[in-house]
Amino acid sequence: MKINSLITRRTKKPKQRVKTIGKRELISWLFLAPSLIGVFIFFVAPFMVVIGYSFLNNPIQKEFVGFSNFVNVWNNSAFRKAGLNTLNFSFTAVPLAVVLSLLLAVVMESRIPFKSFFRSSFLSPLMVPTASIVLIWQVMFHQNGLVNNVLAALGDTSKTDWLKSDKAYVVLLTLFLWKNLGYNMILFMSALAAIPKELIEVARIESAGKLQIFWHVKLRFMSPTIMFVTIMSLINSFKVFREIYLLTGDYPYDSLYMLQHYMNNKFSSLDYQMLSAAAIIMFIVVTILIYFLTKLENSYGKDVEG
Amino acid sequence: MENEFSKIYRKRIKQKKEFEDRTKKIIVTVAAILFAFFFIMPTVLTITNSFMKATEITANYGSIFAKDEKGARKYISKTVNLKFIPDMVTFEQYYTVLLKSPEYLFKFWNSMIYTVPIVVVQLMLASFAAYGFSRHESKIKDVIFFIYIILMLMPYQVTLVPNYLVSDTLNILDTRWAIWFPGFFSPFAIYLLTKFMRRVPKELTEAAEIDGAGEWEIFSKIQFPLCKGGIASILILVFFDYWNMVEQPLILLKDEDLHPLSVFLSKINQGEISLAFAVAVIYLIPPLLLFLYGEDYLVEGISYQGGVKG
Repeated sequence: MKINSLITRRTKKPKQRVKTIGKRELISWLFLAPSLIGVFIFFVAPFMVVIGYSFLNNPIQKEFVGFSNFVNVWNNSAFRKAGLNTLNFSFTAVPLAVVLSLLLAVVMESRIPFKSFFRSSFLSPLMVPTASIVLIWQVMFHQNGLVNNVLAALGDTSKTDWLKSDKAYVVLLTLFLWKNLGYNMILFMSALAAIPKELIEVARIESAGKLQIFWHVKLRFMSPTIMFVTIMSLINSFKVFREIYLLTGDYPYDSLYMLQHYMNNKFSSLDYQMLSAAAIIMFIVVTILIYFLTKLENSYGKDVEG
Repeated sequence: MENEFSKIYRKRIKQKKEFEDRTKKIIVTVAAILFAFFFIMPTVLTITNSFMKATEITANYGSIFAKDEKGARKYISKTVNLKFIPDMVTFEQYYTVLLKSPEYLFKFWNSMIYTVPIVVVQLMLASFAAYGFSRHESKIKDVIFFIYIILMLMPYQVTLVPNYLVSDTLNILDTRWAIWFPGFFSPFAIYLLTKFMRRVPKELTEAAEIDGAGEWEIFSKIQFPLCKGGIASILILVFFDYWNMVEQPLILLKDEDLHPLSVFLSKINQGEISLAFAVAVIYLIPPLLLFLYGEDYLVEGISYQGGVKG
């Protein structure tokens, strides 16, 4: 009897504790609820609809057409051009953004004067709205503008029309790097600062050179940050439409025709099924790219603690 | 004797090394100065040019903004004089913008009306959600958090299609709500703030639990105050992002009266070029103030983003 009551009391008490934890957990879900509802209504649910639309002939007749929308989009020459231009830009801009910002971070880590001034000036383009700055870029890259004058002074008098030729790409790359390097630099600076000093000390005692330390110790230690910077730069490189639009308006030079332009055109003709199929193709491509990058980082940096 | 020699020798080496170090330092500093010049020059030029007289601007840059019949920009080969310092400093441009051209102020106001509520509501919802994510972590929450990260990483080209569909269904296309709603629920702030909140030592919240604090108290008296710095930094980042918006209004708002200044500025034509720099500077002021005031927060916030995995 006594034992029995002991047992019931024992089982009762943990049960109560489980119940209170459950209540707290429930409350933590309540904190999440507003965001969950909003994200579901405004992102997840419509995305499901988009997936649905991509398999229909149009939203009114609702006839199932299999993958033909995807095939149509994929074979569409405008989409191809936009896709190739976008990927082309990303694959040049992202590596440059990563390497140059890492270089800046290393410079900032060395003993140079006016550090906070340099940090502020490298970071300042981040706050400048693109719309505010395109004017001066237009002035600088005009056929008779500053850039060509400087080039002429250096002996190159070809007078490139920067915004209306294949070189427009270079202007865009400059703008992209100008805007994003500071942000990436801060990420790398904090990663460099987080490397344990003992580790570098040990490497130095084992008579590793500066370059060796950088290559084998620091870089490996920073691999999660490198991955993060790469992903963020990739995402930002898709946003370069902003610069193109504000610089050149609705009708950009051919090599600047990006996926966002394609989407804008489809939006103006309200071609739902093509839009949906295009969005899903891009979703898949971006997901694959990110997955691939994450895998790469995992295999490269697996033996160091992130 | 030998000792003396080696002493001199060693001194020489030391001197040589010091000299090399100093030259290196000078070279790196000069390179950094050049780089810094490249980074701040466009902004500085925009500001100095905003004090130029209208006639001077038209004379210097007028040819840039000539357009052909189709509305595309035509680049006439005429000299463009980039001026660092205006011949005469005037407030003429500002005077015209502020007192004679209400449409610019109206568009500026539009930008404010979009950005401020989005920043406030997104951060409010995000601090709740981040608290929800950082407490009682479980498998389901991990999965949801992963979905949020994917959403955050998707470019506009992907998310604008669902956004358009929802706005169309809810009949809010061409209203401010079409911009507001996706902004309110954007997962960006949640991702960052969750990282901040997960760093708050568990002992603190556990101690509060033992003392009988409710979840609301733990949130409002421990987690939220401890993450104030993080919230400030996210606020700045979100503000910059939405202040600079272009894609969303172009697709979700056909009514140009509702457009923010960022889109409107791109439509400036030759007739208005004399005001353009002043408008650009006015548009720059809010983020500039935030930057000057909160640079350290900003740096801290960015550092946190890359710091921890997942």
